[in-house]
Amino acid sequence: MTAHLMTGAQAAGLNKVKPKASKDDRQMLVFVLIIGCYLLVALAFPLYAILSKSFENSAGEFVGLANYAEYFGTPALLYSIQNSLTISLITMVITVSIAFVLAYALHRSCMPFKGFFKVVMLVPILVPSLLPGIALVYLFGRQGLIPQLLFGHEIYGPIGIVIAEVFYTLPHALIIIMTALSIADARLYEATVALRTSKVRTFFTVTLPGARYGLISSAFVVFTLVITDFGVPKVIGGNYNVLATDIYKQVIGQQNFQMGAVVSLILLLPAALAFFIDRAVQKKQVAALSARAVPLVPMPSKGFDRIMLAYAGLVSVFVLGILATCQYAALVEFYPYNLSLGLTNYQFDLMDGGGWDSFGNSIRLGLYTAIIGTAIIFLGAYMVEKSKGFIPARSAFHFLAMMPMAVPGMVLGLAYIFFFNAPNNPLNFVYHTMAILVISTVTHFYTVSHLTAVTALKQMDVEFESVAASLKTPFYRTFRRVTVPICLPAIFDISIYLFVNAMTTVSAVVFLYGPHTNLASVAVLNMDDAGDIAPAAAMGMMIFYVNAGVRLFHGLVSKYVLKRTQAWRYR
Amino acid sequence: MQQNKGENPYLKITDLTKMFGDFVALDSISLEVYEGEFICFLGPSGCGKTTLLRAIAGLDIQTYGRVEQDGRDVSNLSASERDFGIVFQSYALFPNLTIYKNVAYGLENAKLPKKQIDDRVQELLALVGMSDQADKYPAQLSGGQQQRISLARALAISPGLLLLDEPLSALDAKVRLMLRHEIKDLQRKLGVTTIMVTHDQEEALTMADRIVVMNDGVIEQVGTPTEIYHEPVTAFVADFIGTMNFLEARVASPTQIRIGELSINCLDVPGKEGDKITVSIRPEDVVVQDASDNRLEATIEHIEFLGAYVRAELSSGEMSDHHFFADFSANQVRRTDLKQGMKLEVGLPKRSLRLYSA
Repeated sequence: MTAHLMTGAQAAGLNKVKPKASKDDRQMLVFVLIIGCYLLVALAFPLYAILSKSFENSAGEFVGLANYAEYFGTPALLYSIQNSLTISLITMVITVSIAFVLAYALHRSCMPFKGFFKVVMLVPILVPSLLPGIALVYLFGRQGLIPQLLFGHEIYGPIGIVIAEVFYTLPHALIIIMTALSIADARLYEATVALRTSKVRTFFTVTLPGARYGLISSAFVVFTLVITDFGVPKVIGGNYNVLATDIYKQVIGQQNFQMGAVVSLILLLPAALAFFIDRAVQKKQVAALSARAVPLVPMPSKGFDRIMLAYAGLVSVFVLGILATCQYAALVEFYPYNLSLGLTNYQFDLMDGGGWDSFGNSIRLGLYTAIIGTAIIFLGAYMVEKSKGFIPARSAFHFLAMMPMAVPGMVLGLAYIFFFNAPNNPLNFVYHTMAILVISTVTHFYTVSHLTAVTALKQMDVEFESVAASLKTPFYRTFRRVTVPICLPAIFDISIYLFVNAMTTVSAVVFLYGPHTNLASVAVLNMDDAGDIAPAAAMGMMIFYVNAGVRLFHGLVSKYVLKRTQAWRYR
Repeated sequence: MQQNKGENPYLKITDLTKMFGDFVALDSISLEVYEGEFICFLGPSGCGKTTLLRAIAGLDIQTYGRVEQDGRDVSNLSASERDFGIVFQSYALFPNLTIYKNVAYGLENAKLPKKQIDDRVQELLALVGMSDQADKYPAQLSGGQQQRISLARALAISPGLLLLDEPLSALDAKVRLMLRHEIKDLQRKLGVTTIMVTHDQEEALTMADRIVVMNDGVIEQVGTPTEIYHEPVTAFVADFIGTMNFLEARVASPTQIRIGELSINCLDVPGKEGDKITVSIRPEDVVVQDASDNRLEATIEHIEFLGAYVRAELSSGEMSDHHFFADFSANQVRRTDLKQGMKLEVGLPKRSLRLYSA
């Protein structure tokens, strides 16, 4: 295989063949362009709007870097950068450590109740990040249940933030590290035994290197989640300001949109940086995975298994304890004066914050996001993976699809205000409607769903489309009859992911809801803000019950549907 | 089958070049394929044979050059607008559809009446001997069975051209042998023009009417299996097909070369006196007894038992200790009682010698 300097064809001066686009190619291009336009309108244009806003004064005149100069001249605001980085790094170390040992226990020990632990560890995904904050107030607040455990320290501030963030980020880190540990090659461990290597040395030379990409990746994910999270510091941060709460205060509290834009762009930096480093690391992991490995089956070891069981039990107590505290807070009539239990706090219509309507709105948002979002995202991933040619358009599309992961929800929400609320924008009418909430939520959670879809599509035989073309089958027929049925499990996963996140998210929608489109998660925030902490906890628990119920329902339905439609998977 | 050189070719490829960035995967390929022919693209991995097949199919269109099929210029058409059926190494059966639905896939698209589709599917399933498996899913079949279905699916729409991309490479040795015959029989019966890509020379030699030997993005030789085996035109083809002894020599005269001290008579020697030249001979062409021309004394250095025959590594002082291989039939071995270190007289018949300018 040598590279010739000039081919005979070039020497003969022949013209390049220009492939003629087929009907399929043209139709697919139309879809790529439509979904590409969606991403432009829902992501690129709003981000441009927030960028340009940061260079303007309140009258809309261009002032260059004046806003930035003001920002960096205000020490109170600068502290927030330091605070954000501090809590993100501390949480990162704690969460990844806890998650690694837990993943190790789940994958490499023979402890009992693994299924139970796995379910428990998913709980934090199902609740808004405001909820652990509320639970900590009840546990360690001034009139809390067990404040003495803090030995005189204040829960409002960094301690509270870190504890709540650990709760909130634990499942995300756990899932990534479990995946990393699950790909271990048993043959490597057999080799260490044959070479009489000690358990400790094996751990440091085989186990840890094998999981290193998972560890790095989970560290970045935790860091990004924490630095962009708004719910936890809002509820339990006290006077400890961070970037995400600064945006909220600038915009909602002081109506200083320009400064909000500046803080947003500053928050965008570390999140985007973490994201791109993580992507680079994950690309390497793919290469490390390609070899066929023999799966590792853990051996029972009484002492080790007991220690691991005790450890997993302890983490479960932490997770379930937070949840139980919230439930207790929701049911107690008037803490701490009247400890009898009742449903008083569930009379949301008596409180400010949106009442039961907001709960209904959240469910509607969840359903719309799940249905519309799954359709857009799966179709987009399919078009970008399977269409031929138009390489620049497809690369641009892929880049846009990856971007939402790097954009914090607060930034996206504020960007939407700037873009959609601009009087000269023809799309102005969606402002304060359910539509803008759906668009923002689909966009906010686009990347993970897109990657899930792409992974599922990549697992299919690349020649399916070649065969279909040779059989003169239009792409939409193969899409409907082959692609969708094969990818059904991934499609279900995407829809449940979108639903659950639509129910719990606060950060983007907090800027976008209108008088008739209040949401349950925002109601939690507003009731907590107004001092109605018990009803906030009650509403938070409602979100949890819906999510848990939907997840259970989803599990049953997919089991039933998959059994009926996926018979071909089993011999 | 037949080589209708007088007729117009069914498939005509002219100056086809495929580039991936700066890398030239195919360099000015020209080739004609006649109706009803079974052609094999044979070559080592990376030689461009699959790239050529995909260019013919329109799956990866070439950078330069023309492809004409049945008198129609299809050079820039996408796969869905060309006329071919294709079978891949991975079978690429739709896993969620039954065998029946897989075979019917292309027919349903042509909007034929149900009865007609049913008849055609049954006919094809019978053709590949899989009538009783219609309701199963691909995962329930063995590799060989899946490949038969894949073939039936490709043939269902009666394509003018059948393309087979390493169709047997994923199968067990025994199944491979069986399917080799089945595919060849089927092709002969249907008379469909077929191109198969393979890296397995035995497959190519047994199945093809003509073989296209490829290396490094160019065609080394096109010919019938006998031509390719007995008259390889380049050292690459000689080396790639079967086993071949290569010996360094120098031109002595238009009918003679010299290996070390030894003069060897040849038919036509290219080049002028003193030029370096490579001479080749197949191990089975080395004559052991009754040697007539180019006789020499050789010593058995090593003997390898290969079942039906024995391969001996020989050296000869006359050829300044060049080593070469010679095959002995089981009979010869029994008669001569071959042993390591034994000396014997062998002949290198000039008809069997092929010369390649170095």
